[in-house]
Amino acid sequence: MDRVDIYPTHEYQGYKFRPGKPFPFGATSVSGGVNFSIYSSHATDCTLVLFEKGQPEPKVEIPFPDAFRIGNVWSMIVFDLDYENTEYGYRIDGPFNPTDGQRFDGSRIMLDPYARAIGGRDIWGVKPDWNNIYQHRGRLVYDDFDWNEDHPLETPMEDLVIYEMHVRSFTRHPSSGVKYPGTFAGIRQKIPYLKSLGVNCIELMPIYEFDEFENSRIDPDTGEQLYNYWGYSTLGFFAPKSGYAATGKLGMQVDELKALVKELHRNGIEVFLDVVFNHTAEGNENGPYISFKGIDNKTYYMLTPGGYYFNFSGTGNTLNCNNPVVRNMVLDCLRYWASEYHIDGFRFDLASILGRDPWGAPLSNPPLLESLAFDPILAKCKLIAEAWDAGGLYQVGSFPAYGRWAEWNGKYRDSVRRFLKGDAGLVGDMAQRLAGSPDLYATRGPTASINFITAHDGFTLNDLVSYNDKHNEANGEGNRDGANDNASWNCGWEGPTDDPGINALRQRQIKNALAMLLVSQGVPMILMGDEIGRTQLGNNNAYNHDSELTWLDWRLATTNAGLLRFTSILISFRHAHPVLRNRWHLSGQDHVGSGYPDISWHGTQAWQPDWSPAGRTLAFMLAGPNARGGAVQDNFIYVAMNMHWESHWFEPPQLPTGLRWHVAANTGVPAPEDAWAIGAEPILEDRGGVLVGDRSVVILIGK
Amino acid sequence: MAFTVTSEMKNGIAQLTLVGELDAAAAGDFRAAIEQSATSQPKRLVLMMNGLSYMASAGLRTLVFARQKMGPSVDIYAIGVQAPVRETLEMTGFQYSVVMLDRYDAAEIEGI
Repeated sequence: MDRVDIYPTHEYQGYKFRPGKPFPFGATSVSGGVNFSIYSSHATDCTLVLFEKGQPEPKVEIPFPDAFRIGNVWSMIVFDLDYENTEYGYRIDGPFNPTDGQRFDGSRIMLDPYARAIGGRDIWGVKPDWNNIYQHRGRLVYDDFDWNEDHPLETPMEDLVIYEMHVRSFTRHPSSGVKYPGTFAGIRQKIPYLKSLGVNCIELMPIYEFDEFENSRIDPDTGEQLYNYWGYSTLGFFAPKSGYAATGKLGMQVDELKALVKELHRNGIEVFLDVVFNHTAEGNENGPYISFKGIDNKTYYMLTPGGYYFNFSGTGNTLNCNNPVVRNMVLDCLRYWASEYHIDGFRFDLASILGRDPWGAPLSNPPLLESLAFDPILAKCKLIAEAWDAGGLYQVGSFPAYGRWAEWNGKYRDSVRRFLKGDAGLVGDMAQRLAGSPDLYATRGPTASINFITAHDGFTLNDLVSYNDKHNEANGEGNRDGANDNASWNCGWEGPTDDPGINALRQRQIKNALAMLLVSQGVPMILMGDEIGRTQLGNNNAYNHDSELTWLDWRLATTNAGLLRFTSILISFRHAHPVLRNRWHLSGQDHVGSGYPDISWHGTQAWQPDWSPAGRTLAFMLAGPNARGGAVQDNFIYVAMNMHWESHWFEPPQLPTGLRWHVAANTGVPAPEDAWAIGAEPILEDRGGVLVGDRSVVILIGK
Repeated sequence: MAFTVTSEMKNGIAQLTLVGELDAAAAGDFRAAIEQSATSQPKRLVLMMNGLSYMASAGLRTLVFARQKMGPSVDIYAIGVQAPVRETLEMTGFQYSVVMLDRYDAAEIEGI
């Protein structure tokens, strides 16, 4: 039996409509029509504006009768709309009183914050018509999708190896060989590569719709078109970027992204999204009107008493995340991605902003973070915080976690980089980092620590060992942008060189970094391309380059095949040994009666670590029988790290009778003996120990 | 070009011939044809697509509908899929819903 409330009751210029349902917000399909729902705490009037897709002028503007409003929510159902050829927006009327935070302007058309697809930048890089009165337009989508049996993978956190990826950069280079370069469909073609590498989680840099032409300009020196390339500037939180879809021109980006997630899941790979709730693309009072500013400025943004925009993001505005209305939007958004797109986890950019109150003060119990941690739909999603912001709030180790949030461990990055380059006095710190940072996460376990040495911010791993200083001149900001404190070391020459000794050292340093990352307790994250030596020529902030500078050059997979092989073997080593992947911090004690502590520290001599300020050598052993509190059996693993410029003899601890040390990896020797496939590790002939070369890492397995 | 769909049933094989552009307005006709064919409980569904020049999102959904309506035991063949339509299927990952062949292969399709 049909509902009695699915028939039109009103008509306006040939369009039939009726009172809508306030919930859900946004534009949703109902029997015979589309339900439009929008809220604004301070608006006085609202008009639905409909366009024929791509047309410059609206085809109709339907005012919401006041009787269609419930509380602060206007809703209407419009019947017989052409789903594929309709674009929509709103004119919102209200006071214009900037000092009071009100910036309504009924002459402009505003984008629905809940729009699930956004038109206007359908194809990447196509110059927009700047005369278009409505640049970013809401579109209607089919939410249905044939998922078959797919569901979020719920891979245990401790078992993840994360791969941070920029969608366009991953396959845009001509050498990628994919049919649809720079797109979601393009990534699908590279799934065999990801599987072979061994990563089981990809973290996509922002895929919410953004405007690549925001702040775009021509580099006056090179003539290069610079873009908002990374996308940390959201237009709409519910819409995937059309320009990242091969079918964006056809309006099928939703299907294409879902197909990617489905295929990744089918291959055992989780999908995380890098989400940017700290600010929007509207900038400050001088920025454009796109959506929130004209719909409910005072609610959505943190404003000063004078009505200006707080800028804790460094980009012009700050989303007012702990306002109850905005908090609900963030919750709705993440629930939407988790349930409709089967997303496995979220990494929150500048997440400390999410813990500030509407006036910018840090909260001890931020309602938004608590809500996210306890939300039933997000219950199995991984939540990862970049636990700092641009306003000086640094919360690595102290982010309000509620037992759920993990953090990008910036201290891991800093400690390992400094140890890697040979700084003295890091041995004690390194022990903490290798053990999963119990000094930071004692109450949460090592899975709270996302261990990384490189990320999109900063040098690639190749550049970390090739440059002392940043070289961002091409960004057009006089090399003032980008971090200065990189803790990098060029191994003796700044930039590219033919010197075989320097190049060999650089390769060794890259392997050292990856080896330490992959044997650390916690969750490792690798930057796209580090496994094949991707370079950005020393640019550590390439946010505005859509060029070979940022595109992954797949020829490196051949040039640096040895590094790729090494990385994939180390990843498989990590997957094969649960003793490397504990959910709880190791105690340094023997709780299972193996005769060995679960983790022990050593120097060049067994059981005698060198904690001195001059120390540059460290070793540790994980006792296999103690893995996961004795719940699983594993081999002994011993890792010797020599960041000194001279070789040193390391004496590993004696194993139980019947076991021998075998060599799993040795960065100090050339390929193919730098890493051995699982099960093929050669026996360590000298029972007395192993000579670890200068600036080298050796991994032994006791079996 | 306006969309048309014609149906025939022979030896347990339902064959639909699609011509024109399959957009949201036309998807209803395609869907109705599938529902009609399903009532005969065919062992195969064959979609002759040589004359189909364009398929929009609604058309893709109807393919998936066909997949689900016919059930897992009924193979769906798409014959002579034109390049633009094939590309759309590949880009959106819908190509796994059907078996695509360049020509009608009687041995494969009729060898029941």
